[in-house]
Amino acid sequence: MTNPFIQFTDIKKSFGTNSVLKGVNLSLYRGEIIAIIGKSGTGKSVLLKHIIGLIEQDSGKLLINGTPLKQLSFKDKRNFQKTLSYMFQDNALFDFMNIYDNISLPLVENSNFPKDQIEKRVFTQMKQLGLTGIENKFPAQLSGGMKKRVALARALVTDPQIVLFDEPTAGLDPVRKKNVHLMIQEYQEKFGFTAVIVTHDIPEIFNISQRIALLDEGIIRFEGSKEELFNSQSKILNSFIKGENF
Amino acid sequence: MLVEIIENFGAKIIKIIESVGRIMIFFLTGTANIFVLPFQFAKIIDHTWFIGTKSMFVIALTGFFTGMVLGLQGYYSLLKYGSEAALGSAVAMTLIRELGPVFTAIMITARAGSAMAAEIGVMRISEQIDALKTMHISPVRFLFTPRIIASIISFPLLTALFNIFGLLGGFVSGSLMLGINKYVYMDTVISSVSVNDITGGFYKASVFAVVVTTICCYQGFYTHLFKEFGARGVSLSTTNAVVQSCIFIFISDYIITFFLV
Repeated sequence: MTNPFIQFTDIKKSFGTNSVLKGVNLSLYRGEIIAIIGKSGTGKSVLLKHIIGLIEQDSGKLLINGTPLKQLSFKDKRNFQKTLSYMFQDNALFDFMNIYDNISLPLVENSNFPKDQIEKRVFTQMKQLGLTGIENKFPAQLSGGMKKRVALARALVTDPQIVLFDEPTAGLDPVRKKNVHLMIQEYQEKFGFTAVIVTHDIPEIFNISQRIALLDEGIIRFEGSKEELFNSQSKILNSFIKGENF
Repeated sequence: MLVEIIENFGAKIIKIIESVGRIMIFFLTGTANIFVLPFQFAKIIDHTWFIGTKSMFVIALTGFFTGMVLGLQGYYSLLKYGSEAALGSAVAMTLIRELGPVFTAIMITARAGSAMAAEIGVMRISEQIDALKTMHISPVRFLFTPRIIASIISFPLLTALFNIFGLLGGFVSGSLMLGINKYVYMDTVISSVSVNDITGGFYKASVFAVVVTTICCYQGFYTHLFKEFGARGVSLSTTNAVVQSCIFIFISDYIITFFLV
């Protein structure tokens, strides 16, 4: 395996007296789909938000290509963050904007593309995700599944290198869950981005992930491939996969 | 016991200092972004429509009735001294120098300021502000900067509207209802008001625009810092936005008046 693209080394994070991450060590590699699983409230989303810069660790290092993120120059940090995209658990679509404006926003605000090129990219993205014809609608007028796809379209429209998915299938029925998983897999294969998925969808997520990490009580209990996961003798891991208390 | 009291007092002071620092950074970041290209014309027009155009009716209505009350009260007060002919002057000076800018700012706070705080507060709790950050869009520039420009445009214009309808209200109650000669009313209005009075009123309106917009946007933006979360947090930030805006309108009104008189 090549060197890790992003590496968490002994990351700790507390909110007041609540210690959420207690020394996380985890490696993410280019072009892979990695699923981070764990019970609710164990800090999976907090971990994800460290990568995008929404949360900063109390101690430990977050390495980008071997260099601590904090040591990167402003320009390098910004360039790295521009390669990231984040899909929020509750989509975080802008209620006051129509679907076209929601998807085009990162391009309108950050790129130098002319208007017609932005339009072309947005409509191509919408077509690929089956969103044709809803560009003038508002998020409140869409179903849960459609909103997810709009959020995914917004996350992918900038051609990111890394897409962070925070429980992308939360609140969806099994059929739509499967569709979202397949969609992530299809686009990951097509565009080659690194996908980091925080999820509870076990065992469905194993079908599309190359690697799995289990976060429990603030530390990574397991990190490895599907095969390693199923061959593991770890009680915690087996209990979690079977949905038992541990 | 004593240590605990001192600790609590110290913690409160630190919290206040932190809040002052945060609001100053928020304000300075927002205003500095006014000069950063590209200008946000579409958003400014949009917010000017919401803050300005959509407030016109309520401002005209409150201005008209404020003028009517001033005409009524002023007439009977001046009658005691046999000076009822000076009613136009009294109404004009009171409206243009004081009541126009202050009442307009309070009405806009109630209508648009509360909406700003609630809208931005909802964006905060539904992670829309975080979403902006992940897209490398400055939330302060995106949410606050166009609103403050729109307010600086709208407040003085709405103040002028309030004054016009206030003078009209004074005319209706003073001249049409209580019988003061309409030419005398108009003449005293025109002769008593100087350009400095009008510009002073506009200075006040501009300062109120900055005060109200900064407080309302700030309260919404930092909704997540309240002890109450979700809908309660938004309701608290909206209430705080309106109450604090009104208090600071009166405080800044006194300070500006002190320098203008």
